[in-house]
Amino acid sequence: MKLTDYINQEIAWCPGCGNFGIRTALMKTLEEMNVDPRNVVIVSGIGQAAKMPQYIGVNMFNGLHGRALPVATAIKTANPNLLVIAESGDGCMYGEGGNHFIHTIRRNPDIVNIVHNNQIYGLTKGQASPTSLKGFKTPVQVDGVILEPFNPLAVAIALDASFVARTFIGDIEFTKEILKEAIKHKGYALVDIFQPCVTFNKLNTYEWYKENTYYLKNHDPTDRELAFKRATETEKFPLGIFYINKNKETFEEAARKGNRTPLYEYEVDFNKLKKVIESKRS
Amino acid sequence: MKDISIVLSGEAGQGIQTVEYILTRVLKNSGLHVFATKEYMSRVRGGNNTTEIRVSSKRVRSFVERIDVLVPLGKNATERLKERITEKTLVVGERQFIEETNGEKIVVPFLEIAKQAGNRLYVNSAAIGFLSGLLGADKNVLENQIKKQFEEKGEKIVKENIQAALEGYKRGQELSQRIDIIVEKNPDVREEILLNGAEAVGIGAIAGGCNFVSSYPMSPSTSVLVFLAQHKNNFGIVVEQAEDEIAAMNMVIGSWYAGARGLVTTSGGGFALMEEALSLAGMIESPVVIHLAQRPGPATGLPTRTEQGDLNLVLYAGHGDFPRIIYTPGNIEEAFYLTQRAFNMADKYQVPVFVLTDQYLVDSFYNLPEFDLSGVKIEKHIVKTSKNYVRYAITEDGISPRGVPGYGEGLVRVDSDEHDEFGHITEDFDTRARMVEKRLRKGETIKKDIVDPKLIGDEDYRTLLIAWGSTLEVVKEAIEEMEGVALLHFSQVWPINESIKRYFERAERVVAIEGNATGQFANLIQQITGFRIKDRILKYNGLQFSVEELRKKISEVI
Ligand SMILES: Cc1ncc(C[n+]2csc(CCOP(=O)(O)OP(=O)(O)O)c2C)c(N)n1
Ligand code: SF4
Repeated sequence: MKLTDYINQEIAWCPGCGNFGIRTALMKTLEEMNVDPRNVVIVSGIGQAAKMPQYIGVNMFNGLHGRALPVATAIKTANPNLLVIAESGDGCMYGEGGNHFIHTIRRNPDIVNIVHNNQIYGLTKGQASPTSLKGFKTPVQVDGVILEPFNPLAVAIALDASFVARTFIGDIEFTKEILKEAIKHKGYALVDIFQPCVTFNKLNTYEWYKENTYYLKNHDPTDRELAFKRATETEKFPLGIFYINKNKETFEEAARKGNRTPLYEYEVDFNKLKKVIESKRS
Repeated sequence: MKDISIVLSGEAGQGIQTVEYILTRVLKNSGLHVFATKEYMSRVRGGNNTTEIRVSSKRVRSFVERIDVLVPLGKNATERLKERITEKTLVVGERQFIEETNGEKIVVPFLEIAKQAGNRLYVNSAAIGFLSGLLGADKNVLENQIKKQFEEKGEKIVKENIQAALEGYKRGQELSQRIDIIVEKNPDVREEILLNGAEAVGIGAIAGGCNFVSSYPMSPSTSVLVFLAQHKNNFGIVVEQAEDEIAAMNMVIGSWYAGARGLVTTSGGGFALMEEALSLAGMIESPVVIHLAQRPGPATGLPTRTEQGDLNLVLYAGHGDFPRIIYTPGNIEEAFYLTQRAFNMADKYQVPVFVLTDQYLVDSFYNLPEFDLSGVKIEKHIVKTSKNYVRYAITEDGISPRGVPGYGEGLVRVDSDEHDEFGHITEDFDTRARMVEKRLRKGETIKKDIVDPKLIGDEDYRTLLIAWGSTLEVVKEAIEEMEGVALLHFSQVWPINESIKRYFERAERVVAIEGNATGQFANLIQQITGFRIKDRILKYNGLQFSVEELRKKISEVI
């Protein structure tokens, strides 16, 4: 079984799109970490980014717009031995799925949440996304975006997410290394990836990201206040691991009291059930 | 009097539920058949709530309008019951609470008894004792039950509560000799179990192998979530209160994908939010079990009341065409067996399966023989995948073998977009058509497993009554002495066979009985069989049917 088994399929992304780089980074990550594709599930929502699992040879749950996180949480809980990745666009994860984003961080399942942040809606052809910058004009936001952009990193750190990082896909190697850390990390890991949409977003281009980002250096990711401060920087957007909290119990550990047996092996204890029924006698 | 209906009435927070809980157990364990149902307002304190407890030497399972004994536990407690109080009703309690009502009034100073036992808080125990004495319950059983209830609170409290109960018991006994109350006891009843519809659904789910529950609280469905949460550690069930119904349903579908057996429990308004994910289940052919306890809508409706108004919702929910199964248990036994079955059917056919109950069913309880677990099996249909496994193999019966990730050599790939046999997104028109047809073929295969409707009453009927869900026992009691009348009760309302038409053709008159305003099921029958049911007895004020009311309405139409 190879990760590239599904590569022969026609890929429905525009030439030059940042999604290709994310795919390369993710495949390399999984290959270099030697994971068995049969034990990986990619859960996605809807959008261009959400097509990712179509093009990688692992288990796939391509669900509904905005709903990847609850599904991913349940899969990880039902079988903690799987490596579960929830992947989708910024519209999907932060817009339609915003409520799930908040509560998944609170739950802290041991999953990796990859967000293709192209600051626009790709698949529906160019409307503002929650991360679009103020003033950004689209056919719907004709006078330019009037809302404050959503800050996923600051929100995640405010909620004490256990791993928070941002990368730019102009740097595939760097993205790959961060993805490795995210996978190794036990607990919910957010990796927000700046990804140019070359067709609809003429503002946030490869050049723009290069000019408007910088790498975090000498940053202590265990310092939450500092992480929060970095996350609110908008003059230039920092890249790297903002925050790590290793001291959190995962959702599946707590919900299953440490039991890692896949739920498909579950057997009902009918003797116990008989006792429950008998208890209804008095 | 051999079949007695007692109504307790008071404010929320006064402990009527506790009285109901303890008293029904005392009576049952004394060998008496009991039935209890409550109606309550959507508030945590105050208002006016009642519970009806029927006690009989025969099995009783339905709500009657008649009140033989009324116990008002506060001021204004009888106001909403005026029409049900007749001169035959025995109204017992504090002078100030019974003053202004009709009926035969008998002062019983519960408060005085409680205070003498040590604390005014023991009024409920005094009332329980009084009713136990009145109905000839076993004194030892009463003592034991009170003890069990207050054990955690220490010896003193137990002792004083028992004292209050016993003093109440004495007064009840005295009164029962003055009026003629004789309910015969039957030792077999003592061995029976006593539980409500929600517990039956919960036990049924566990017996169906349920190991994952995610829901968002909504009355009256929450009690099932509570029940499973109480037993989660015992059985290793994952229980999660989701951020909303959307997450709940998606989680449960995700759990099935990974091989769990998941359940959501909700009510109409909550299910409305799950509709999107229901359609997802239809497309990816995921099993899912949905318990929906109906309450009146639209929107928030009457939050604590009952109705059978969500049939159309579950029948048509979700966009696009896909098969589903809908069970509508008629009583507590069926709530257990059908919930158990729902998990096997969901697994077998990879479709959403509904257990459609309502507030009346989940909140009512009575004694019944123990569930027979001997025929209960957990049928697992997951396959171990091979290297070339495809999730959506086109098959003759429409069922594609379902694998789960990590079990076997293959990959499990599911897609909410239209997909090919590999599970890959496709926009090919032929593949689309073949997949639609495959899913619908599965809908036909399901028909092999239909739970047929049951005919109850006179086989040689002239009038045929049609009912579904929780009205079963009420209709049954209402037509007990009617000649030429039968009931055809549906515990599965979808799919149903066109051949049920044969029942209608034998009847001179067919009457639908439903707890909704339009006759949703009668309309469905017409759609399937072409047979139009003109006569309909419908109720939609938020309350369940009563035996008397049905008796009257049925006599009027036949
Ligand atoms: C419930 C629902 N609403 C709307 C849509 C339409 N829709 C498809 S993709 C999308 C936005 C995708 O944007 P994003 O998540 O940023 O992904 P991108 O395409 O940019 O990668 C929308 C609104 C849908 N499929 N489902
Ligand atoms: S529309 Fe934008 S995001 Fe989508 S594939 Fe094309 S370039 Fe990439």
